[in-house]
Amino acid sequence: MQSSRDGVSLTRRQFVAAGAMGGAALAVGCTGHNQGDWDFLNDEQARTLTAICDQIVPADDFPSASQAGVLTYIDRQLARHYRRHRNAYRDGLSSADAMSWQRHGRDMAALSAPQQAQLVAAIEKENSAFFNLVRSHTLEGYYGAPRHGGNRDAVSWRMVGMGEPPVRGRAQYDERKGAAS
Amino acid sequence: MKKVNAVVVGAGAAGGIVAKELSTAGLSVVLLERGRWYTANDCRKDDLRNQRTTVLGNAFGPDDEGNPRVVWDPQTGPRTLLPSEGGYQNNAACVGGGTLSYGAMAWRYMPQDFRMRSIYGAPAGSSLEDWPITYDDLEPWYEKAEYEIGISGDYSGSPFFGPRKRPLPMPPLAPNREFQILEPAAKRLGLHPFHIPMARNSVPYNGRGPCMRCRWCVGFACEVDAKNGSQNTVIPTALATGNCELRTECMAKEILTDDRGRARGVAYFDADGRLQEQPCDIVIVSACAIESARLLLNSKSRLFPNGIGNRHDQVGRHLQGHHYTGAVGFFDFDTYDDVGPGASIAVADYNHGTPGLCGGGALCNEFIRLPIQMIDRLPVNTPRWGLAHKKAMRSFYKRNIAVMGPTQPIPMADARITLDPAVRDKWGMQVARISGNVHPHTFEIGIVQAQRSEAWLKEAGAVSTVVNAGRPTTVSAGQHQAGTCRMGNDPQGSVVNRNCQVHDVDNLFVIDGSVHVTNGGFNPALTIMAIAYFASDSLVRNWNATGFRS
Repeated sequence: MQSSRDGVSLTRRQFVAAGAMGGAALAVGCTGHNQGDWDFLNDEQARTLTAICDQIVPADDFPSASQAGVLTYIDRQLARHYRRHRNAYRDGLSSADAMSWQRHGRDMAALSAPQQAQLVAAIEKENSAFFNLVRSHTLEGYYGAPRHGGNRDAVSWRMVGMGEPPVRGRAQYDERKGAAS
Repeated sequence: MKKVNAVVVGAGAAGGIVAKELSTAGLSVVLLERGRWYTANDCRKDDLRNQRTTVLGNAFGPDDEGNPRVVWDPQTGPRTLLPSEGGYQNNAACVGGGTLSYGAMAWRYMPQDFRMRSIYGAPAGSSLEDWPITYDDLEPWYEKAEYEIGISGDYSGSPFFGPRKRPLPMPPLAPNREFQILEPAAKRLGLHPFHIPMARNSVPYNGRGPCMRCRWCVGFACEVDAKNGSQNTVIPTALATGNCELRTECMAKEILTDDRGRARGVAYFDADGRLQEQPCDIVIVSACAIESARLLLNSKSRLFPNGIGNRHDQVGRHLQGHHYTGAVGFFDFDTYDDVGPGASIAVADYNHGTPGLCGGGALCNEFIRLPIQMIDRLPVNTPRWGLAHKKAMRSFYKRNIAVMGPTQPIPMADARITLDPAVRDKWGMQVARISGNVHPHTFEIGIVQAQRSEAWLKEAGAVSTVVNAGRPTTVSAGQHQAGTCRMGNDPQGSVVNRNCQVHDVDNLFVIDGSVHVTNGGFNPALTIMAIAYFASDSLVRNWNATGFRS
């Protein structure tokens, strides 16, 4: 998927559209969430989480966390394997927005990128359990197997220089099959 | 249920071999396995859900639902853990056990590893002992394991191992780039590098093809079936005799005894959760160190109120694993060549002979690290998140080598398995409680081993290094778990005799890593296999002579 290399010059919507045009079946269900489209998150939580995740893995010439589908990864797991972390996300995201209102009088998603970076640093300090959870899940979604909804089109693997393996074996069938639990 | 000659509990490294040896000798065998039987089609290259990285669960068991354990952390008290959480000390639950998805390093222990107390004396607070058997006793059975399971590699570069009669049956895989970088550096340091022995086909062997050298090895099942475990060698042989029946998804509940205190069968829950009783002449427990101890402790009766074989409070003690230490080196040239399995070169110069240290351990380069495994293994002072973290992933993913090794563990009686008084599994049985810590001297050895790893990497050209020699607060067991049903001549200080026979129950055997008195400075799989052949041999001879009738 060529588009992801140019991700930095595209808006998220354009990037998503380009991804879909690339024909990746993976994009279905990973992107373009409409209102209420998430398995667990609500839209407000998703906006705040996007702001945090995109500070953990910001965009450069390769996509940011949310552009690579990390929100889909986390949301999907909060409905599955990470059900036990639901309360931590509910509380952590609302406290992140509370901090944002206290300091800047606005939702976290509405802050400038430098303000968001400062706020994430503050969350890391003051609510380290929540931050560490989100950091782990963000990096799992970004660097882990695309089958779980993140790392769209294996973009992080291409970023680090780990190309397609010379022998693909079953991998091609697995990818076509889509998400595992 | 029709009586059989033998019930083997656990179809892993040892249980598969015992089932094969007994069934080929003509005994009727039921092999119970609590997990499922996976095939190459179940090989999901899922870097978040396998047996090494388990953030989304274990690929090869146990499932997270209904299989808790409790770990006693001196700082936080008891914690109930899921099988996919780190402190659970999981191995696997499936046909083949850990050998389905292991990295497959298959070492012989050194002669000194069986005589640790005689050589070094027991450090204060330790329960360091000699084995009742020697390297020479096991040598023919190491060879049998190497040929029947199928081991590739080449020890000839290292002068430190015990004598052997035959070379390994397969040559090593061709060296990958890390091997080529590390080998001359080791030689410049005066070390003796060699090819890691691996239970992996380097050439066609046993009717299966060679390794295709992919990057998904340790933690994964092999998609081309080139990795050799009990599930693709001895268990099919056992089933082909017609004398062995494998029952999967069957969880052993207890060893049943008669009124004279002899084993008369095994009670287990079948795949539908129904309680069954399988009568038999002899019982062999091969469920891996933690679960074997738990099964013995859960087998209570009038004659064995504290669990069978536990008259002297030895079952569950001396729990060992391997405290791994080492270093990561970062280079200014590409070290990554995408040629699996990655781990390829070892030195065994440091296993014994350092003044002041009770042993040491092998040092090896690590298996291929998938990107998810690199996120916390970047150069010192790399920020944990943000653009700098992303850039470091990009810069160093293909430019790092990890060298590490298993430290010879110094056993302690207080590192142990007991039954948790409160927590039960989905069948209503008391679960294993893990308590105790790693002996302080093990940490001391580990620190020296990490420094040696760092020196090797620097000699190889690393421009910076990170040393990993942490001090966990709880015992280390995991996939190298051992020691909970110690082998010995003294019934008061051990659970089984040199033939793996429980001291006061002559038709009950524990045959797996549980019997290890010490755990060597190497991955234990091949030693577990050699002991399984050794013990099966004496068991069959005993059977032919007496039939275990008393």
